[in-house]
Amino acid sequence: MNKLLKTCLLAAVSAWSVATLAAGPTVPLDKANVNLHDKESLQRGAQLFMNYCLGCHQMQYQRYNRTFRDLEIPEDIGAANLQFTGEKVGDLITNTMSTQQANAWFGTAAPDLTLVARVRGADWLYTYFRSFYVDETRPFGVNNTVFENVGMPHVLQELQGVPRKTYESRMIDGEMQDVYVGIKTDGSGMLTTEEFDTAMNDLTNFLVYTGEPMLLEQRRIGWYSFGFLLVFTILAWLLKREFFKDVK
Amino acid sequence: MKKLIAWFDERIPLTKTWNIHLAQYPAPKNFNFWYIFGVLATLVLVNQIVTGIWLTMNYVPTAEGAFASVEYIMRDIDGGWILRYMHSTGASAFFVVVYLHMFRGMMYGSYQKPRELLWTFGMLIFLVLMAEAFMGYLLPWGQMSYWGAQVIISLFGAIPYIGDDLTLWIRGDYVISGATLNRFFALHVIALPLVLVILVFLHIIALHEVGSNNPEGISIKKPKGSVPDSEKPKFEFHERFTKKYDIVDAIPFYPYYIVKDLVGIGIFLAFFCYVLFFAPAMGGFFLEPPNFEAANPLKTPAHIAPVWYFTPFYAILRAVPDKLMGVILMFAAIVFLFLLPWLDRCKVRSIRYRSNIHKINLAVFTVSFVVLGYLGVKPATEVYTFFARVFTFLYFAFFILLWFYSKHEKTKPVPERITK
Repeated sequence: MNKLLKTCLLAAVSAWSVATLAAGPTVPLDKANVNLHDKESLQRGAQLFMNYCLGCHQMQYQRYNRTFRDLEIPEDIGAANLQFTGEKVGDLITNTMSTQQANAWFGTAAPDLTLVARVRGADWLYTYFRSFYVDETRPFGVNNTVFENVGMPHVLQELQGVPRKTYESRMIDGEMQDVYVGIKTDGSGMLTTEEFDTAMNDLTNFLVYTGEPMLLEQRRIGWYSFGFLLVFTILAWLLKREFFKDVK
Repeated sequence: MKKLIAWFDERIPLTKTWNIHLAQYPAPKNFNFWYIFGVLATLVLVNQIVTGIWLTMNYVPTAEGAFASVEYIMRDIDGGWILRYMHSTGASAFFVVVYLHMFRGMMYGSYQKPRELLWTFGMLIFLVLMAEAFMGYLLPWGQMSYWGAQVIISLFGAIPYIGDDLTLWIRGDYVISGATLNRFFALHVIALPLVLVILVFLHIIALHEVGSNNPEGISIKKPKGSVPDSEKPKFEFHERFTKKYDIVDAIPFYPYYIVKDLVGIGIFLAFFCYVLFFAPAMGGFFLEPPNFEAANPLKTPAHIAPVWYFTPFYAILRAVPDKLMGVILMFAAIVFLFLLPWLDRCKVRSIRYRSNIHKINLAVFTVSFVVLGYLGVKPATEVYTFFARVFTFLYFAFFILLWFYSKHEKTKPVPERITK
């Protein structure tokens, strides 16, 4: 029995390890620092989204007033600063670009971003925002290392500056070779690299929030439910012990 | 109160039913951990029905409105996300407890005579449950809902002659569309739950007719008059059970197993709430990330994987190079489970007293099932397909071997009575 079991386990384990290897080469993702308690970060993220993304990307499942409430933005201030085209505060966060227009301009519809963090993950988004680079072969002159042949322009260029792939000459196996070391901006943007990274983390944070606006409440209720179940289970166990004194 | 009950008792068998099925139902006194999953399955069924009712109040079963209505429930309905997560977590929890419940039955030989029909009803529940889960998964109308359903429905196309017409009939369209969504909604919320509840009723009636098995796999019914009064339990059981037999080593289901099950329910709910409140997507196994993107018939996801509870069968399907043979083998994997009471010809029920061959066989089967489940979520690479074939072979080998060795199995002596 033991031998057979061992064989099975070995097979299972080797299948597992092959799985890890077979995952294939992907761009390593940078870790996003998601913190839904950081309302200021979320507010800055919302500001970035409304100013730079909403022109093309909708957030059609999320409402303005819900967002303002969760981000602790007073409704009048939110309406004045984050709503640009006269929507009501209870409206969904939409834009007026039609699918036909999007197809004509970009060759594809701009995806809705309400749930993008649940589809892609926070780290992917954070890395993606910071991975645009100049590529003259593309229609908008930019490409992205995380999303190959991306269909959108680098809308944040005025913040980041012009990002280029940079290479360093290094000695490898006795030969000088150019090695890709990452994307560097030319510094023409409004933000420094550190400020841009922080801004992109804010934007990621905001998108994680819109993916699951109930997340903080969810965790809180979760702890209460554990508390209740602990008491319930202990009482049930005491009751069981009492009753089973009859059972010999 | 007494008067009221008497009033009902004259008109409907209220007290009688209560006594036969709960207060005076003899359950073996040695139920262990494995005997909680039947109760838990009932609990999850109730959860699915209740949360399902509330979800339908705001869900829109159209291709245009389905995805948005789910997000509406998640965001704009007070407590809507709790209902939705209870329902989605409940779907996976249902399969967790049902698989463990079935495994218990296999370990202790609960399918053996006279419980063949009980097992058959259970298997029918499993089958309907799979259909129910499959149709329910289309309803959020995400990418994986759409493409998962596309893959599964296209399987029926492998059937010769009628295949194409059959898939057309199931979909109600040439592709999966609003028509498919509508009928799946109808089947998911009315037809299949109704069948499920009836089958559960029959499962319990059949159980209470033949009585519960137990970890020892021996009967608690002894020939009438064979047990001295001093050895009979001090509890009162309904005459329906004591008329023909002397009942030994049993306790009434109510209150004893009810209070015991409450403890199990508490522990189960702790796991359930962990998933519900802290990991509702369960790392992409309970809710797959591509399903947070609305269904797009023009964009096929890179990797289509069914939800975890179907993956053992999906792995068997993919292990076979020929599509039709794959489909046949996949269904055979379930048919063999149905036939278990007749494939196992051993007279001893519990694994405790069966041969080492049987223990090894069941262990290999269990490992195969789990590994196939793992392989089913992975892309079908060469290495994975090789392993899928090996474990598919072992899965079926369990049943074939069982048929051969069980007739003259070298079992251990079985005790007369349940000892503590």
